[in-house]
Amino acid sequence: MENLKSSASSQKHERLVIELTGVNKWYGDFQALVDINMSVRRSERVVVCGPSGSGKSTMIRCINRLEVHQRGRIVVDGIELTDNLKNIEAIRSEVGMVFQSFNLFPHMPVIDNLTLAPMLVRKMPKKDAEELAMQYLERVQIPEQAFKYPGQLSGGQQQRVAIARSLCMQPKIMLFDEPTSALDPEMIKEVLDVMIELAEDGMTMIVVTHEMGFAKTVADTMVFMDAGEIVESADPSKFFTAPDNPRTKLFLSQILTH
Amino acid sequence: MAEQAHPPKNNRSILHSIAFRNIAYQLLLVAALAFLGWYLYDNINENLDRQNIATGWGFLNEPAGFDISESIIPFDSSQTFARIFAAGVLNTLHVAFVGIFLATLLGITMGIARVSRNWLVSKVASAYVEICRNVPVVLHVIFWSSIIRLLPHPRQALEPFNGAFISNRGLMLPFPVDNILYPWVAFALVLGIGGALIFARWARFRREHTGQYISVFWPGTSIIVGLPLLVWVLGGAPLTWDYPALKGFNYQGGISLSPEYIALLIGITVYTGAFIAEIVRSGIESIHRGQIEASRALGLRHGFIMRFIIIPQALRVIVPPTASQFLSLTKNSSLGVLIGYPDLVNIGNTSLNQTGQAVEAIAIMMLVYLTISLTISIFMNFYNKLVAIRER
Ligand SMILES: Nc1ncnc2c1ncn2[C@@H]1O[C@H](COP(=O)(O)OP(=O)(O)OP(=O)(O)O)[C@@H](O)[C@H]1O
Ligand SMILES: [Mg+2]
Repeated sequence: MENLKSSASSQKHERLVIELTGVNKWYGDFQALVDINMSVRRSERVVVCGPSGSGKSTMIRCINRLEVHQRGRIVVDGIELTDNLKNIEAIRSEVGMVFQSFNLFPHMPVIDNLTLAPMLVRKMPKKDAEELAMQYLERVQIPEQAFKYPGQLSGGQQQRVAIARSLCMQPKIMLFDEPTSALDPEMIKEVLDVMIELAEDGMTMIVVTHEMGFAKTVADTMVFMDAGEIVESADPSKFFTAPDNPRTKLFLSQILTH
Repeated sequence: MAEQAHPPKNNRSILHSIAFRNIAYQLLLVAALAFLGWYLYDNINENLDRQNIATGWGFLNEPAGFDISESIIPFDSSQTFARIFAAGVLNTLHVAFVGIFLATLLGITMGIARVSRNWLVSKVASAYVEICRNVPVVLHVIFWSSIIRLLPHPRQALEPFNGAFISNRGLMLPFPVDNILYPWVAFALVLGIGGALIFARWARFRREHTGQYISVFWPGTSIIVGLPLLVWVLGGAPLTWDYPALKGFNYQGGISLSPEYIALLIGITVYTGAFIAEIVRSGIESIHRGQIEASRALGLRHGFIMRFIIIPQALRVIVPPTASQFLSLTKNSSLGVLIGYPDLVNIGNTSLNQTGQAVEAIAIMMLVYLTISLTISIFMNFYNKLVAIRER
């Protein structure tokens, strides 16, 4: 019995793909992250919420080193994030990121947006990269837009292209930073649907969002941040009904009545 | 206040049609311009008649009767006005093209330096831009002209390296004596450039088919430099330098750049370079941070981000205003008249004074500048089409 348990826990440990231990970050004198501890298992879906300025973006941007943390350890897929450029590039090619403002490359047609990184980073021949791109465009349901420029697409379509662009790198982990908050209400659903499908396929995801309906559907773990700290981390059933921290309660009451 | 709302009147009068108005305004403008042109022409003719000055282009075939200090084509004062005008045009083109080339290099360097994270580099570049951009170009030219005049006489010339002399008579440099092999070396250079282009295409083809990225820069440079070098070495590496030597009051032999040429060139280059630096800086800064973040998040290396994301987008912002800087540099080369550089305006002006044929001389100058400017415009528009990728 004892034996079984320990092997199960070590197995569980092996499946950790993201580990943040005691992570601190400052912008000048301002501390944006305070002692962040978090771990994410393979195929786990984590939804992060919290008031504006609480450090949600900063935290997930540290995971692919778009921001540099000053203290603590971040280990992604077994590689610790340090100044080592090779490690950073290796991690970035395994971690996809979707931004609030899409950030598609406006000077390239959709298809080139998708094939660029696979060709340059994965050294994939153009033909294969294009096949892969079409496959993912079909998955986000816009294969017919392949040869248009990003500026010719609606916001929802652009965000779906951005998701497909990340997926073309066949990442192990996907980070989403408020992917729907720049979208008109009628387009939010089409993007969330793509993300739900991705979650069902077993993608490891960290999603910063205030879409609580989405969170209830997909989240394995809910994380609430305030003032640079993780205030509460719990599974959704507990998080939405009986959160421990009064700050979480207050936030939920504000956001759910909204 | 209590005015009643009228139903909208359905006004069908042609005077209110937008299309009609547009055409009418244009016709009026053309008529006004035609009248103005006729009025000026009539007036000038009348005045010239009164002063007994013949009009017409006949003077172009007469001997100019004055000499010029430097010319790309051989010239002496017994040759015609037509030829001296041609010499002036060539001098203008010479200083303008070298100026455009150098100002572009300087501008790109300084523009990139301005956004550098290195404090000293960016401050030096800012100082250059702020000082040079805010001083009138005339002062630049006069400044460099005075500096050169302060240099020592040829007899005490500075000699930075063997055979090069800097004095108030300009810059003298040794130059290789012509050799029958040199045309072949030049031919090899052309072949080398062609070869490098083919190599670049091949590298791209290979990248797209196998995914292997081959850097083009070093192999390309080696082909361009190596091929002519090989021809030269195989031909026995002939090289004899023609050294400038002091004869009388000045140097003979080698090649020389006149003080007027240098002053004008540095003046307009440094001035325009500052504007181009600003254009380059704003082009780089126009790129949204998110573009770079998204590229990084995909795992792209810095060099790739530069080459595939930043430069193509920055060029669209940079090219059109740079084209107008090229035009302004070309026109500013007419400041040669101030310091005695025999550019087109200088020669046109002298011819005008000698012959009194103001209308013709000015017409020639205007026509030449117009042609040069339009040529640059057409070329730059073409280039702009290449880089201006459509977005919607
Ligand atoms: N580059 C920066 N320099 C200085 N301060 C910054 C910088 N980026 C973020 N901050 C500060 O760090 C804190 C956390 O920012 P962050 O963007 O992570 O918040 P957030 O939780 O994502 O908020 P939002 O919901 O508005 O996106 C904020 O107070 C912000 O002002
Ligand atoms: Mg944020």
